Amino acid sequence: MTKKVYVYKSFERFWHWMQAILIIFLGFTGFEIHGSYSFFGFEEAVMYHNIAAYLFIILIVFAIFWHFTTGEWKQYIPTYKNIVAQVHYYFSGIFKNAPHPTKKTVLRKLNPMQKLTYFGLKILVIPLSVTSGLLYMLYRYPQRHEIKFLNIDSLEIIAIVHTVAAFFLVSFLIVHLYLITTGETITTNLKAMLTGYEELEHDDAEVLKLKENK
Amino acid sequence: MKKIIGSIGVLVLVIIVAIGTLTTKSSEETILDKLKNKYSEKHIASVDHSKFAELQKKFNSPREVTAECITCHNKRHEEVMHSNHWNWEREEYIEGRGIVSIGKKNIMNNFCIGTQGNEKSCAKCHIGYGMDEKGKSFTDANNIDCLVCHDNTETYAKAPNQGGAPLETLDFNKIAQNVGKPERTNCGVCHFFGGGGDNVKHGDLSSDMFYPNRDIDVHMDADGMDLQCVECHATNQHTIAGKMYSLSSMNHNRVFCEDCHTSTPHEKEILNEHTLKVACQTCHIPTYAKGKSTKMAWDWSTAGKLKNGEPYHEEDSLGNHTYLSIKGSFKWENNVKPEYQWFNGTASHYLEGDKIEDTTKSLVMNELHGSYSDSESKIIPVKVHRAIQPFDPENKILIQPKLYSDNKGEGAFWQDFNWETASIEGMKDSELPFSGKISFIKTEMNWPVNHQVSPAENSVQCAECHTRENSRLAELKDFYMPGRDYSKIVDYIGIWNIILSLVGIALHGSLRFYAARKLKNGVHKND
Repeated sequence: MTKKVYVYKSFERFWHWMQAILIIFLGFTGFEIHGSYSFFGFEEAVMYHNIAAYLFIILIVFAIFWHFTTGEWKQYIPTYKNIVAQVHYYFSGIFKNAPHPTKKTVLRKLNPMQKLTYFGLKILVIPLSVTSGLLYMLYRYPQRHEIKFLNIDSLEIIAIVHTVAAFFLVSFLIVHLYLITTGETITTNLKAMLTGYEELEHDDAEVLKLKENK
Repeated sequence: MKKIIGSIGVLVLVIIVAIGTLTTKSSEETILDKLKNKYSEKHIASVDHSKFAELQKKFNSPREVTAECITCHNKRHEEVMHSNHWNWEREEYIEGRGIVSIGKKNIMNNFCIGTQGNEKSCAKCHIGYGMDEKGKSFTDANNIDCLVCHDNTETYAKAPNQGGAPLETLDFNKIAQNVGKPERTNCGVCHFFGGGGDNVKHGDLSSDMFYPNRDIDVHMDADGMDLQCVECHATNQHTIAGKMYSLSSMNHNRVFCEDCHTSTPHEKEILNEHTLKVACQTCHIPTYAKGKSTKMAWDWSTAGKLKNGEPYHEEDSLGNHTYLSIKGSFKWENNVKPEYQWFNGTASHYLEGDKIEDTTKSLVMNELHGSYSDSESKIIPVKVHRAIQPFDPENKILIQPKLYSDNKGEGAFWQDFNWETASIEGMKDSELPFSGKISFIKTEMNWPVNHQVSPAENSVQCAECHTRENSRLAELKDFYMPGRDYSKIVDYIGIWNIILSLVGIALHGSLRFYAARKLKNGVHKND
């Protein structure tokens, strides 16, 4: 028996889509600065990239606050439980119309592979990108700028780390966009992230737990 | 809901663009406005020399004029005689050499090579009279040429090869009665013609600079701010600020754009940050030799060819000499993009008699010091003049040939066209050893480009340096520059990662599509 459930809260959706816009824009301007192509022109690309970077950082601060105050951060704790089944599903079950091995609920929105990926993004790729990006902006002239204690005498390592993180995000984005289509129907996941609601199987235990929390 | 998110997205992008555009506008009075006010007040002379009785009497020689100048300006000659313009040398500290006296007297170049033995000709650009073969004239105050710098009639002119004496036909009374603050023409008669012709040496100082237009030089634009040389090269007790690294080596007495414009003159902060590592000239002088061509290369090894026993010359379409029997072959260029070097204000020079360590490499006559890791260094634009000039392969020193003499048969190359006798005589005058063997070596000389500043709208754009292809700074490889540099490995792996992701989802997607169709058909069959 399925029921329409409110899975993604309004801030969560706002954060998700804002992050999506900013990351795509940062990637687009960033790879122009990187020298991969020319669109805005170098000067404008740098300017827009920097502004978008500050907006992104502000968004992250709000997102961190939200995750901790709501306890939603627990959703991202990686688990090996069921991970083999999940991998097996993507490589085999999905072609046979087999059911999703991990039952999606309000308290368990993410399957084990998602947990692992998003955990990696949050703990590794995004911090790497933001830290190297901040250093990039502040450490342009190492000899005279304030952050002397870091004693980095070239932009090179900073720039390369920043580029590596960017390439990761591009690949993530490509796969992420595709995996959106692997829900119950092709548009189920997209609709859920847009409206917040998704048809989920009824889970009595969880309903009870949610009621207790109230 | 889609609409809301769509409009939020558009809004965010609009905000980014708006912040970017709005933060660059400013309406306060800028430093530039203040400078324009300051320099729009032109200099007014405090005395009228034509009213002085002392200057009414008939002058028969320039030395008489000098003596008369000194009767009133009775300490100025001492200042002049302490100046580099007078002495052609100064004490400088050079790393690895200690304190040495350097200047035109003992530094060699890769144009007419050096002054030793050629003083009489070279003295055309000395601020004195009566320089002879031994370089005398430096001790007699009456030999000071006040007029070459202070004549405001624009009629004063030096005679060629007369040890610094002026043309005999001049009206010294008229000139003496019309002296004043030096103007561009006073400085220009020597400094625009260094190396034996218009714009030969500097590249950014040519006869175009007597009355330049805005495109050639935004500061000296005759219809604009009309700045004179001495307004930047401010002078105190006949010591003139600013110097050329062809002849000097220490980081003092320099003139900087920042002295007037400050180091943060831009509205955009990101440009101001560049001033820590990039000299103003680098962006604001996109090209030099904007009018007259400048000499880029000089090959002495072809000199001495004669036609019917006579020296001859060849010209290009612009009238520039491409060959002269007395000097060899030349390459000229216009609107030249500078080369770029790190520079911290110190230089070292090849001095007469220095051993050349590696004769297979191009010898740098004046090495500019600096690097990315040196906090005092900035990137500057440089004209690099490349030459092939005579050297003694046994003693491994550059040859100072005797070029000029009044008569044939004295060994001077410009009279006799014989490298051997010219070298013997020249090295004798310089008191240097000579093995009798003559070979030719490649040399380079660095001429920092500081003049012919373009209007702001023509300055070098970001992407001319921050680009992978043909970056202006392609040769400066000791630092990482965004837009130019990248890790090949990271890009390679990154791009393949993207390709594999795309291939992966395409494969997975088509398998899913195929499987779904098969399942559907299967269901139908079972029906």
